Amino acid sequence: MTNTPQPIDNRFYEMLERLQAVDFVLVELNLYLDTHPNDMQAINQYNEQAEQRWAIAHEFEALYGPLTNFGHSYSGYPWQWNQVPWPWQV
Amino acid sequence: MWIYEKKLQYPVRVSKCDPQMAKFLMEQYGGADGELAAALRYLNQRYTIPDKVIGLLTDIGTEEFAHLEMIATMVYKLTKDATVEQLEAAGLGAHYAAHDKALFYENAAGVPWTAAYIQAKGDPIADLYEDIAAEEKARATYQWLIDMTDDVDLQDSLRFLREREIVHSLRFREAVEILKEEQDRKKFF
Amino acid sequence: MYSQTRVYFPYVSPFDPCPPIRVKTFQVNPQLFIGFQPENLPQFSPMEALRHGVLWPALYSPYAGRGDQEGLEG
Repeated sequence: MTNTPQPIDNRFYEMLERLQAVDFVLVELNLYLDTHPNDMQAINQYNEQAEQRWAIAHEFEALYGPLTNFGHSYSGYPWQWNQVPWPWQV
Repeated sequence: MWIYEKKLQYPVRVSKCDPQMAKFLMEQYGGADGELAAALRYLNQRYTIPDKVIGLLTDIGTEEFAHLEMIATMVYKLTKDATVEQLEAAGLGAHYAAHDKALFYENAAGVPWTAAYIQAKGDPIADLYEDIAAEEKARATYQWLIDMTDDVDLQDSLRFLREREIVHSLRFREAVEILKEEQDRKKFF
Repeated sequence: MYSQTRVYFPYVSPFDPCPPIRVKTFQVNPQLFIGFQPENLPQFSPMEALRHGVLWPALYSPYAGRGDQEGLEG
């Protein structure tokens, strides 16, 4: 805890961007569906992307720790949530 | 309630220490058409808007907090290792005197954020037209900010945010169309 | 694709103190023309969508900055 943390590796940035990409598609489909609630094809795509998102997020969390607080992600020992880096630090 | 996600919506990189640009970016942090104003405007209006539009206001309002975090990240990175002399030269001497390098909800001219920036008229059309105008004003602000920096990494993140204003504007325009439809017409399809 | 930039030519007085900018520009972006987004528009790939800030190319608005738009001699 007192050591200067190691800079994170390239894989961190690659995986993070993959997650940001799939999450971005979900944001876009979500806003679209808010005004197009009867577009069945978009709903199917939303559900497929949500499933993919789950897999990518789990892979990321296994390597770099929890992405979400309040029980929406698991923690290893010691408590991983408050470990750096925070989003604005990377 | 809200759950925090420990990642930015879009990567933010800046390629030089530029406290003056940080000062300009404050317009989108604590300015009238900034991301804080946007988030609070939509999340506040949703309590008195027809049910069909509540989801959209909730989701765009939530996305605005992700944009606020991106702006904060830019300001943080642009000022993190600046000296006091650099801050003074960038016009941030008065800010330093009051806040050191702490972020503060104020605009580029140092005027503190106020709830008077945002409206809630309780009239769905008036409120949605305000939201459309807010998105267009934020889009214009992002254009002026892009014009003011030659940092291509910073421009890249600002272009992302500018495009989001365009998408949000379209969704609010669609919300107006939905409200113009005759009452519950869809139920009879 | 149609241009998202519009131009106008402001009145120039012989007594204007600064060298006149004869052509001024402003933006008219896709949200003004789409009205209500139709279903099944073509999409970017997820990574392209992230990089463009939008999932549908029809809503994409490039912005290069004012430097290469304003001051074009008309």
